Amino acid sequence: MKLAINIENITKTYPGVLANSDVSIKVKSGDIHAIVGENGAGKSTLMKILYGMVKPDSGNIEIFENKANMSSPKDSINLGIGMVHQHFMLAKNLTVLENIILGIDRPFLKNIKLSKYKTEIQKVMELYSLNIDLNQYVDELSVGEKQRVEIIKVLYRGAKILILDEPTAVLVPQEVKDLFKNLKDLKNNGVTVLFISHKLDEVLEIADEISVMRSGQMIDTVLNDNVSKTQLAEMMIGKSLPTPPARLTSTDEEVILKVENLKSNDENGRTIFEDVSFEVHKSEILGIAGVEGNGQKEVVEAIIGIQALDSGKVIFKNNDLEKQGTRERLESGISFIPEDRQLQAMIMEMDLTNNVIIGRQNIKKYKSSLGTVKMKNAVNESEKVISAFEVKTPGTSTLATALSGGNQQKFVVGRELEDDPSLLIASQPTRGIDIGAQALIWEKLRNSRDEGLSVLLISADLEELIGLSDRIIVFYQGKLVKEIEAENITPEDLGSYMTGLKK
Amino acid sequence: MKMRFRLVSVSAPIIALTISFGLSSLILLIIGKDPYETFKIMFEYGIRGKSIVSIINRSIPLYISAIAVAVGFKMGLFNIGVEGQYLMGSLVAAYIGAQFSIITPLHILFIIIVAVATSSLWAAIAGYLKVEKGIHEVISTIMLNYIGTGLIAYSLTTIFDEPNSNYDLPRTKELPETGKMPPLNKFFNIEDLQDLHGFLVIAVLVGIFYYWLVWKTTLGFDLRITGSNPIAAKFSGINPNKLVVIAMITSGGFAGLVGLGPLLGYFHRYTIDFPTGLGFAGIGVALLGRNHPFGMAVGALLFAFLQRSAQILDLNDVPKEIEQMMQAFILLIVVVFYEVIRRFIVKQQVKDASKRSDE
Amino acid sequence: MKIFKSLTKRYIVFTPILLVLVVAQVETYSQLTTSGTFGAAVRLAIPILLAGLGGLYSEKTGVVNIGLEGMMIMGTWFGAWGGFTFGAWQGVFIGMLGGALFGLIHAIATVSFQVDHIVSGVAINILAAGVARFLNVIAYEGVAFASSTASPRIQGDIGIFTMPFLAGGKIGETVTPNLIGRVEDLNIFLVSDFAGLMLGFLSNISYLTLFALILVPVSFLVLWFTPLGLQMRSVGEYPAGAESLGVNVYLMKYIGVTISGALSGLAGSYLVVAGTGTYLEGQTGGRGFIGLASMLFGNYKPFGILMGSGLFGFADALQLRSPQAVHGLLIVISIFLLVLTFKAIFEKKYKASVVSFLLSAAFLIWFVNSTSIPNQFVYFTPHITTLIVLSFANQRIKLPEKNGVPYKKGELN
Repeated sequence: MKLAINIENITKTYPGVLANSDVSIKVKSGDIHAIVGENGAGKSTLMKILYGMVKPDSGNIEIFENKANMSSPKDSINLGIGMVHQHFMLAKNLTVLENIILGIDRPFLKNIKLSKYKTEIQKVMELYSLNIDLNQYVDELSVGEKQRVEIIKVLYRGAKILILDEPTAVLVPQEVKDLFKNLKDLKNNGVTVLFISHKLDEVLEIADEISVMRSGQMIDTVLNDNVSKTQLAEMMIGKSLPTPPARLTSTDEEVILKVENLKSNDENGRTIFEDVSFEVHKSEILGIAGVEGNGQKEVVEAIIGIQALDSGKVIFKNNDLEKQGTRERLESGISFIPEDRQLQAMIMEMDLTNNVIIGRQNIKKYKSSLGTVKMKNAVNESEKVISAFEVKTPGTSTLATALSGGNQQKFVVGRELEDDPSLLIASQPTRGIDIGAQALIWEKLRNSRDEGLSVLLISADLEELIGLSDRIIVFYQGKLVKEIEAENITPEDLGSYMTGLKK
Repeated sequence: MKMRFRLVSVSAPIIALTISFGLSSLILLIIGKDPYETFKIMFEYGIRGKSIVSIINRSIPLYISAIAVAVGFKMGLFNIGVEGQYLMGSLVAAYIGAQFSIITPLHILFIIIVAVATSSLWAAIAGYLKVEKGIHEVISTIMLNYIGTGLIAYSLTTIFDEPNSNYDLPRTKELPETGKMPPLNKFFNIEDLQDLHGFLVIAVLVGIFYYWLVWKTTLGFDLRITGSNPIAAKFSGINPNKLVVIAMITSGGFAGLVGLGPLLGYFHRYTIDFPTGLGFAGIGVALLGRNHPFGMAVGALLFAFLQRSAQILDLNDVPKEIEQMMQAFILLIVVVFYEVIRRFIVKQQVKDASKRSDE
Repeated sequence: MKIFKSLTKRYIVFTPILLVLVVAQVETYSQLTTSGTFGAAVRLAIPILLAGLGGLYSEKTGVVNIGLEGMMIMGTWFGAWGGFTFGAWQGVFIGMLGGALFGLIHAIATVSFQVDHIVSGVAINILAAGVARFLNVIAYEGVAFASSTASPRIQGDIGIFTMPFLAGGKIGETVTPNLIGRVEDLNIFLVSDFAGLMLGFLSNISYLTLFALILVPVSFLVLWFTPLGLQMRSVGEYPAGAESLGVNVYLMKYIGVTISGALSGLAGSYLVVAGTGTYLEGQTGGRGFIGLASMLFGNYKPFGILMGSGLFGFADALQLRSPQAVHGLLIVISIFLLVLTFKAIFEKKYKASVVSFLLSAAFLIWFVNSTSIPNQFVYFTPHITTLIVLSFANQRIKLPEKNGVPYKKGELN
């Protein structure tokens, strides 16, 4: 059987990081081959090398048994490799058609023969049973549709090898089923699929062969039939996979946060969310489930005071927060871990000392009566956070941008928790970080909750959501559609509520 | 480790100066002049006693203008309107200040207040337009510069013009003796040289105040965060709109002081010859000094030195405009190198961070 | 009701136009809609149009270009020098090169060195001013009619075109009847005004103007219907995505910014070659920035930029030719503000309605109590128009997604 990809002894280092160390894989042609490993294992780097975005320090690659030297994405495309990235590489303000044909023609050619392209693309779509409207603007598409555009994009360029980087990270279970069906169709048409994931259940469902990476090294490649989930997990992290520990304590009766009939429209009059009412008790983690874009992010921002409300009440510890701006709310005992740590939670160019003050600049601890900043207190607090949350850094005067993603997140979570808030709102608190950091954050959240903290948790990771939460509420199309105890639900069911299939 | 990075940052202006000198020498050669001779003449003229006083005098408004611009820069705002703001402030202050006379310290204080209030108000318009109408401050402040010029021209020839004057051109009434800033020559024992402007004292105070405001106060902290990352600032409870207006008003306030050095020091009235261009020059000094109070002081002195020493060039058959080219070169190159060095420092820090964490 | 709704949406555009037409019927303000005014408007709009188009090419590739003014200044100086040394068309070309050179500098600073776009633009403006002054001093040593702030006259000129029959142009040596001009002289409401508009476009039009106007549809075709245009736009929208498909992001940005420099340079050349005939320090008068404003007003589309620059050109024309007519604008503004008052009341925005009512009254009083506007005020008509227009137009502007964000190659994920 022919080899689609033969990777031999690939090594790649970045400053201070050994991303790929002597990695070798053989991918059989026509297979669906999965590469698993936790965040930081080196999978992404390997894929970037395959796709020509990054050059390896040493090693060989053969594509369809010909030696290959890829120094740019164009080289890889010419060899028949197509990559579907985890974060879609689509321009929002261009149409589907424009996104698909981008880069195909040399720029100094005269006119785009749009109709010719359209017919060709239709053929590709028919062949692989993928459907999408070519004239739509990308920002109007759903997540699953955008992924389909990415797949069509690479197939149109004659890709015979499809690399999918964490394709199911943004999909709900139903969309995952659709994707797997598409992948099987592709396989039947002779396409080789390389599937990067850390979700072992899915990998075991779809892959023919599985390769495991850990800490930049290739551990082993096994046939799907010959391996179990536990075995894979142990190969992935060198020890057993941590799961969020079982619930111990029960929630308190006291209501810390109560929202009533929240409603907000956007500037075009369309409803972002409405009729939203729920409560969060003391010593409780309330999980919020919902596909991205169904209003939950905006509800949380409304509670913080960033999103404007058209009607409804936010009551925190029996105080109506309406008159209070974001600053007052943050100072009255609410802490917030935003979704995007680099954009929303930290100032990358500043050091950790300054970053610990963010969100609480005006409290007595950090602001003197003259209006000056109390740097000494900031240094102390920052060091406290660094040690309590095991943030790996030379010191508190290191710039935030110098830290790894996991350490940045640990710092942010630590900053918010060390403040001893009454309510913590956490949005995707463990997104994109290594398992060690994830486990630590989970542990800290549970401990704080046991000590009385109320948590509002938004997460796209359904296992995290179910594992950590006491109760879960589901958002669909701007409304609350379901409330359920976390111990009574499975990820599949949750996914059904999130996509409106179940009511 | 921090020191190491600071030293590295200073290398940028030095490199820029060197390259700029190099380029200027090249141009001088092309037009048939001897670079070495040219620079020698400039230098010798520049370090004469009389020149040094002149240089310090010139640097005062440059420095204050740079601070006005820098306050904006720290917030990520580009106040190109310092030019119009300071001229308006000077005009109004010159007119009102000439209408009465009280003891000098109070009189000067009053003039300062009037100038600062006028210029802040003018700057606030741009702030309002940005916050309410989303107009980028670069465009609005530049448009306001032109509008301000028109308003100044009009009011100077009508309401602010000195009544009953034999002088042909429009100008405001002269400030009374109490409205003039006394020179500092006594304190430095240089009574044989020309006046060293008393406003120097104010300039130093302004620098200290700027430093304290931006780096020591919570307001300055908020300003810097918003300048670095407006989104994180919003999530941390800062009201970015309020801050924009505050920043523009503060920047405009500093701008009001720019023209007072000349006004109180030797002009004593507003005329059509009143020094212009200080607002734009301040932008250059702020960029060169990287918004740092000490760096901008050095930058202001440097540019003032170049301006002064170039004056001798005309007498030596070298176009003195070469000095403007030099200033512009320095500016463009230093801006490039600041960026290069900044990225280098960040890379180093990343290396350090991952090295240390493996230990 | 639906038609009414869509009309009211456009009221911001229609009402002032209608008001101007009405006011123009009064003798003293007739200059508002004469062919002379419109002709001047066209001439003054072209540099703004070119600068605006220049801004478009740059911003579509994601680079903010505040340095348009500086590039235009280089266009004026090099255009004048080229025109003086060689001839008119050569001057135009050399002016473009001068602007393109500075565009290239901006590209190097922002793309290869990742300098903040606005800082670089500001530095370019300062550099251009210094360079222009310096070059002007050394290039004309000993030449008559040259000073440090002005250059000698260019040789020759571009040539003017007047449409035969419709506008009374020549065919060979014979002068043809000026048909549209006759219509204009008839002074019929709306028809004659419209005739004035057309005549402005058809008589005494420089060939350079025609060239500039053609660039509008050409830009539209290039940016939206060629692979080059698609790649350029993708680089401004999502550079990482474009790069992953093999688009050379840096090259596209360089092309966009250099073209913007060339067009700004052309704008400068136009000012000299089709205008004053010499380089004068300060002759750009902020038009680079007004060009930016027309780009914003035109919502980053070539035809929109044409409309915007036409509006600003009109304001400029009034200021230069008929200050008297500007006085007529006062009553236009007053009535327009009154309309806004009613709209605000209708929308229950009472504070806004009081403000616009007071302003309306103020303008009315000013109008009644004066016969003309002081020329120092008239001087900043285009600048204040810019601010007013931007205040109303800003809501619906859609920037390219990654505009102003420095991009580093390989910066994926």
